[in-house]
Amino acid sequence: MPNAEIPNISSLLGTPSELTDSGSAKTAIVLMTRVRLARNLSGYHFPGWAKPEERERVLASCRASVAATAPMRRCFNFAVADLSDLERQILVERHLISRELSSAKEGAGVVISRDQAFSVMLNEEDHLRIQVLRAGFNLKKAWSAINDLDSQLEEHLDYAFSTTLGYLTACPTNLGTAMRASAMMHLPALVISNQMEKVVRAVNQLGMVVRGLFGEGSDASGSIFQISNQTTLGESEDEIIKRLGSVLQSIVEHELNAREKLLEADSGKLYDKIGRAYGILQNSHLLSSSEAMNLLSLLRLGIDLGVFPEANRSLVDRMLIEAQPGHLQYAQKGELEPGQRDVLRAARLRSEFAAVARPDFRAPAHGGN
Amino acid sequence: MPSPLKCDLCAKPATVHLTQIVNNKVHKVDLCEACAQAKGVTDPSGFSLADLLLKASLNPETPAAPGVRCEQCGFTPVDFKKLGRFGCPACYDTFRSLVEPMLENMHNGVAHTGKVPTRSLERKTLYDRLTKLELDLTEAIRTERYEDAARARDEINQVKQAFNADAQR
Repeated sequence: MPNAEIPNISSLLGTPSELTDSGSAKTAIVLMTRVRLARNLSGYHFPGWAKPEERERVLASCRASVAATAPMRRCFNFAVADLSDLERQILVERHLISRELSSAKEGAGVVISRDQAFSVMLNEEDHLRIQVLRAGFNLKKAWSAINDLDSQLEEHLDYAFSTTLGYLTACPTNLGTAMRASAMMHLPALVISNQMEKVVRAVNQLGMVVRGLFGEGSDASGSIFQISNQTTLGESEDEIIKRLGSVLQSIVEHELNAREKLLEADSGKLYDKIGRAYGILQNSHLLSSSEAMNLLSLLRLGIDLGVFPEANRSLVDRMLIEAQPGHLQYAQKGELEPGQRDVLRAARLRSEFAAVARPDFRAPAHGGN
Repeated sequence: MPSPLKCDLCAKPATVHLTQIVNNKVHKVDLCEACAQAKGVTDPSGFSLADLLLKASLNPETPAAPGVRCEQCGFTPVDFKKLGRFGCPACYDTFRSLVEPMLENMHNGVAHTGKVPTRSLERKTLYDRLTKLELDLTEAIRTERYEDAARARDEINQVKQAFNADAQR
């Protein structure tokens, strides 16, 4: 069995986290904000060009420095090589490591804070990829938290830095601040009204990138998108965050407008989708991952519109993570064929949603946050 | 500039022409059907123009000084063309002529204006100073300039103290 009890991953799953336990009306459209910094040690090869012994050496020294910082008290500290495929997949699904790190060669690791708000990937594309997750629309707080952690690390680590090019990264697209700030946004009304393509184009013109839920190349099932800055050199962190913040704000407004228009034009059609999603979640026996995401997305929209009580939001947010293939199979203690997973997923959602009260479509409709 | 009729990634005729305006600067990429498909340009939700521009800027037939090798890590421009990543921080000095023309298309400026790792830099300054003083001291002793040697020795002690104070902070 690949996933014989490794206490660390189980206790990570059992600990309340920023991502799965912070849902409130404030996270209606912007589920989560994330900021990540890329850092490298001066005098060493970048991980992709380093020999295994050097990667191991960098891993050991960074692990110790990272684990010694204040936010990392009682952290989870994993070497990727010690994790099973399923455990790696769980960390990817919780946005704590990248797909790239999960398939990394020897000498890769991750240190994750107790509340899973901070994670530091070691020997991914760069020596350190420091990230912070914050529930809701919180770019400034996220930047300030990660700025602190970065300064603490700098007390012990000698960063590769150039006064003209900034932080030196393996890929020149990350030079300068080496900062990627992003928001995970739930945009069902823009998707339903076919406006996403227009939004993506406009966002691109403003120098920002739109990606699916799990980053580059992933699809946007569940109408969840990641929007982030594309350029890192030539502007300060504050300027980038301000610019991204105003783009995100205007996307929020577009989504709210789209919701209002859908309700005005034909509320029955929208309520039909939400009502059906509720019916399927309570009664189906086969659910693929992407269908489940889309149904959960509609339920989330229902909560925003007041059709379901706010108290259900954290259940929906938790299921958005726990209905993913890795989480599902880990809970079952073994790898399963996709067909078996669909049976299991439906059963899990049936039982979780059995107690959710019927939708109340007379509730006053409003647009969300 | 590559000819607008040729794909920026391979040499086939370009049929997809992409224009992006970032802060009043126009960026253009021309691609053939196959490369456009492969890069996901036809699917607007999942591609990054920055990566594309990076690859495109690598295409010009003459890579900057192909014989150059990074002294620190042995990296060459051919490796960069293959991997799209550099070998070590020193590569940015070695391959400056390759990097600089890329940056303008890739970023919103060519000079860093953000956070500076002050503490890392302080340590480096102290370290460089110490190395220089130690050379001075050896040279002064060799040429029997004992007053200079004494001065260098005192300064070395001061720098070492600063180092220790720094380590305890």
